[in-house]
Amino acid sequence: MAKSQTVVFKNQPVIIGSYSIVGPKEGAGNFGEYFDYVMKSDSFGEKTYEKAERKMIQHAIVGAIEKAKIKPTDVELLLAGDLLNQIISSSYAARDFSFPYLGLFGACSTMAESLAIGASLIDGGQFDHVVCSTASHFSTAERQFRFPLELGNQRPPTSQWTITGAGACVLALKGKGPKITMATFGRVVDYGINDVNDMGAAMAPAAMDTLMAHFRDSKTTPDDYDLIVTGDLGKLGSEILIDLMEDQGIKLGLNYNDCGQMYYTRNQATLCGGSGCGCSATVLNSFIMKKLLDGSYKKVLFAPTGALLSTTATQQGETIPGVCHAIVIEGVKQEKKK
Amino acid sequence: MDEKKRNEAYNNYVKAKIPKTKPWPSLFNSFWVGGLICVLGQGINDLIMLWFPNMAEQTAWTYTLVVLIFLASFLTGLGVYDRIGKFAGGGSIVPITGFSNSITSPALEFKNEGIIYGMCVKMFTIAGPVIVVGIISSIIVGLIYLFI
Repeated sequence: MAKSQTVVFKNQPVIIGSYSIVGPKEGAGNFGEYFDYVMKSDSFGEKTYEKAERKMIQHAIVGAIEKAKIKPTDVELLLAGDLLNQIISSSYAARDFSFPYLGLFGACSTMAESLAIGASLIDGGQFDHVVCSTASHFSTAERQFRFPLELGNQRPPTSQWTITGAGACVLALKGKGPKITMATFGRVVDYGINDVNDMGAAMAPAAMDTLMAHFRDSKTTPDDYDLIVTGDLGKLGSEILIDLMEDQGIKLGLNYNDCGQMYYTRNQATLCGGSGCGCSATVLNSFIMKKLLDGSYKKVLFAPTGALLSTTATQQGETIPGVCHAIVIEGVKQEKKK
Repeated sequence: MDEKKRNEAYNNYVKAKIPKTKPWPSLFNSFWVGGLICVLGQGINDLIMLWFPNMAEQTAWTYTLVVLIFLASFLTGLGVYDRIGKFAGGGSIVPITGFSNSITSPALEFKNEGIIYGMCVKMFTIAGPVIVVGIISSIIVGLIYLFI
C-alpha cells in the first residue's frame, strides 16, 4: 500500500484575496470578463517581454494584497515561480518587495504547488499571511523553448499557446473566503513521450497519478466535486486523461475540464488550447474564485500539471517528465448576496 | 521492463490519438505560395535584364537574390512573413526568402541581449545548421567530382 500523498488541513487556510492579470489575446478569450486587469499590449509598457512578465507578477501580487484588505507589511512570505530559466521573473519581481521569498519551480503546476506549500505552512502555525503567485508570458516562453516570434513556421496540431498572464492570491489563517482543505503532492511521472510539441500527452499520466492518489487518500470520488480542473493539458491531453482514468476504473464526468482547453475561443487558432503557469493561475484567480465566492461551486479540485523539461534535456534525447499537484478548495456556503 | 512496455503502449496510443495535419490543403497552399515567390523572382530578374541590358545574366541573378532577401527580411520586420509562413508552410520556407526570414527573425528577437552576444550570436541559430550542411555537402560533392 502506497503512503498517503495527501495532507488534510486542520486549520483550513483561507484565500482572502486573489488577482489576475492577462494579455489582450487572453482578455478576448472565454474568461475575458472575469479577469481583474487586461493589458493593452503584451509588452505592458516595458522594453523587453521578460520585464513585462516581471511587472505582471508585481501587479498581481499588489492587486491580491489590496483585494485581501491587508497591508504589505502583514505579508510574511511570498511563494512564486515561473517558466523562465532560474525563475528570473519571480525572483526579480520579489526584489522590489520587502517580504521574504521562496522561489518554486513546478513548471505549469506552480500555482497548485505554491498554494499547497503555503497552506501547509499556515496550517503548521508558523505563518499568518502568505502570498502565492505565478506567471507566464507567450513571448518569453516562446523564445526560450521554441522559435523566434517572427519565424515563418507552422505549428503542429498538438501545440498549445502559452498564456500571457499572472495570478496571485493571499492565503491567511483566518478571514473570509474559500478555504483550502486538502492538498495532494504529486510524484514525477514519465511515460516516455519526447515530442516537445505534445505537452498534453506528456503530462496527462502525471495528472492521472495525482488524481488517483487523491481519490485513494481522501476516499472521495469525482462526484464529490462541483469542478475538477486540470491546468494546461489542452484538448488532446484532457481527452487522454479521461481515457487513462477510465483504465484505472474512475470515470471523469461533465464536472471535469481543463483550463487550457477552455481558455481561448475557437477563432483564436490556438490549436490544442492554452498552456503555461499563467493558464491555471489566471483561471483559478478569476473565474473559479468568483464561482466559489458566489456559491456556484462548493468544492473544487484544482490539479494543474507541469512538464519538467528543459531544451538541454530534450536535445540530449531525454523524455518529458510531468508532475501534478492537487488542492481542494471549498467555497463559502452561507450568506448568498443575490 | 514493465515500464518499458507501458511507455511503448502509451506512445502508440498517443500516436493514434494525435490530430493529423491534412496533407492536401497544406501541400496545395505551399505549392502555390512557393510558386508565386518563384514567379516574383523571375519577374524581378526579367525587369533587371530589361532595365540594364548590358548586365551579365549571372550578375542579374545575384541582384535578384539580393532583392528577394531584402523583401523577406523587410516583411519579417513588419511582422508579415510569419503570417505567410503560417499559411504556406514549406512554400515560404524553402525559397531563399525563408532563409532570409530565419536569419532576420532571431536577429530581431535577441537584439535586447545586446548587439554581439544577442543579435550576432543568435542570428544563425536556425540558419546555421543549413549553412554547415550546405558547405560540407558541397565539399563532399566537390571531392567526388574531382576524382571522377
